[in-house]
Amino acid sequence: MSWIPPLLVAIPLLAAAVTAGLDHVTPEPLQDAIVVAAATATTALAFLLLWSSEGHEVVHWFGGWQTRGGVALGIDFAVGPLAAGMCCVIGVVVTLALVYSLTFMKEAARLFDALMLAALGAMCGFAMSGDLFNLFVWLELMAVAAYALTGFLVERLGPVQGAVNFAITNTTGSYLFAIGIALLYARTGALNLAQLGQTLAHGRAGGLVVVAMTLLLCGFLIKGAVVPFHLWAADAYAVAPAPVCAVLGGVMTDIGLIGVARLYWTVFVAVDRGGAIGDVLLWLGIVTAVLAGTMAFLQRHLKRMLAYSVVSHIGVMLAGIGLLGMTGLAGAELIFLAHALLTAGLFFVAGILHADHGAIDELRLRGRARGCWVPAAAWLAGTVGLVGTPYVGIYLGHSLIDESAAAWVVPLLWLGSALAGAALLRAGARIFLGWGDADDPLLGKPFEEDPHERDILRPLLVGIAVVAVGAGLAISVVPGLGQRAEYAAERFRDRGAYVAQVLRGRPMPPPPALPVSVLHTSLDSLLYGGGATVFAVALALAGLYRRRLPNFVSAAGERTLGPPVRVLHALHSGVVGDYVTWVVVGTAVTGAAWAILLR
Amino acid sequence: MSYLPYAVAAWICVVGLFGVATSRNLIHLAICLTVTQSSSYVLLLSVGYVKHGGAPIFKGTKPGSTAVDPVVQALTLTDVVVSVAVVALILALALDAHRLAGTIDPDGLADVQG
Repeated sequence: MSWIPPLLVAIPLLAAAVTAGLDHVTPEPLQDAIVVAAATATTALAFLLLWSSEGHEVVHWFGGWQTRGGVALGIDFAVGPLAAGMCCVIGVVVTLALVYSLTFMKEAARLFDALMLAALGAMCGFAMSGDLFNLFVWLELMAVAAYALTGFLVERLGPVQGAVNFAITNTTGSYLFAIGIALLYARTGALNLAQLGQTLAHGRAGGLVVVAMTLLLCGFLIKGAVVPFHLWAADAYAVAPAPVCAVLGGVMTDIGLIGVARLYWTVFVAVDRGGAIGDVLLWLGIVTAVLAGTMAFLQRHLKRMLAYSVVSHIGVMLAGIGLLGMTGLAGAELIFLAHALLTAGLFFVAGILHADHGAIDELRLRGRARGCWVPAAAWLAGTVGLVGTPYVGIYLGHSLIDESAAAWVVPLLWLGSALAGAALLRAGARIFLGWGDADDPLLGKPFEEDPHERDILRPLLVGIAVVAVGAGLAISVVPGLGQRAEYAAERFRDRGAYVAQVLRGRPMPPPPALPVSVLHTSLDSLLYGGGATVFAVALALAGLYRRRLPNFVSAAGERTLGPPVRVLHALHSGVVGDYVTWVVVGTAVTGAAWAILLR
Repeated sequence: MSYLPYAVAAWICVVGLFGVATSRNLIHLAICLTVTQSSSYVLLLSVGYVKHGGAPIFKGTKPGSTAVDPVVQALTLTDVVVSVAVVALILALALDAHRLAGTIDPDGLADVQG
């Protein structure tokens, strides 16, 4: 089955070239058919790859440049169940977004579809690559497509600002990543990940390796919008068209974390001492989850709110990875799955609201979508899934992370997703039910709106949103999925078996027989999930009816929470120079922490 | 092996980042990004340099003769291509910014914040 991995990249990239090249020559329905067929075929092949990677890594050496005597000469794709599973989610989300944009972006040129397909191919390549420099190339291809997609609607200033901030912050990250590659190559003479890990395993972590590691991992964390590198995310999501947001928020931002996990478990685990690398990641994850959850609650622009909700869940996933255990990684995987589908569904609903009412502002939309029961139900269900209510949406992933986390970590992670969920619940109640006050100074000033109403095929868009949300909700109760996620995580963490398979072609031990049942979760997780739901509902109601709170409560709230909220608003300044400064400072601090801990 | 090329690479990188962080003009900013990027070219080429090594073309040379590392040159070329695409995109956005806001100062574009 080693013929599949290159096709996951080749099909979308070729289709992108065909669509862009044959624009104006072929009739529009044929173009649409090519685009959707390419995305669907990629997704189907990804599922086939998932099935065939169960027993061993599917390894493809480009151009037939096999290893010689355990030394990698060529460039490879090495795909285990985790990477193949990622390709499946990426394929599903991009296919849904492409079908959605058939009517949502009807007036857009074909270049839009071509860029989406290029992003699809690049993301699949990134998830499968077994070569460090190759990772960089896929990362850049994906990023350039994303910058262009973000700034696609350039008739207004907002998209230009969003795309500029996105492009410059992420490019700075990519260049730091490139320097990291050069340093690591200087030390090891290798670019293949398996080879790099083998070479580093024979020595101590010198200063050079720590610097290289910092630059490489921080490069991914910038892509992954982890605090303090997250500042670009809200600006970019706020202005991108809804289907682009679904891809960006659902899969493309989160994929940076796969890079972190891949580099850690195949390369830097060899130089880690007592899990020090993971500790720093865990801290970053916790701060990200709570801070971004808070920021989500302070937004009135639906897409910015969703952007911060994405960042907050990325924090939870990063914490899961930072625990360095099998269950933590499996939990991060399951959250990725559920979160990608749910977030995409919520962005689809936001797009429908935007198309119907020409507004995306919570307060301006108040009560205007009364009676739209299907989108309202999709919004509510998606929100509940993102909070982690027991046995719904991201719950299973959260509960797996709970298992390996220290007692003080667990409530903080739940707090992050509950805060983000409360924001989304508040917005849903205000927009679809007309609850709450008509104005709230806490949420800042209104945004410049795009009053442009779209002529859309509404039932199709609603259907896609419902499919995405429904699939995301079901993740926690699919029988056998939890066990397979754990097995995939175990395989992903087994560096020895990965190296033996990639470099020496040694087969892996056969997979155990995995049961097909819903994974059992602990009582603690049930309580935390229930508690998070109650907290989110209470906070949402408090946000809706802030004025009706007793005077002493609101006065005390203003005294204690007012100054930090103003600081948070001020820090998210929207100026790209500040963002780059944060990137540099964040990288330096993270690197210093690692240098001290790994000394 | 001299440390000079590495010091030069580090200096270029820091100068470029300083420029990106403080720039008040998008075109200037794009150039600063390419400056940052050039530090990785210098670094890569100095990593692969071998004293008295020839070009890595082995046609007509005797077996065993020293040559510089061809891999880093390929990496540098790829880097250049990548950076061209990114800079082209940022310059296009700068044009749009000028058309819409009449300024290419990134601070002047910041109408969304928080």
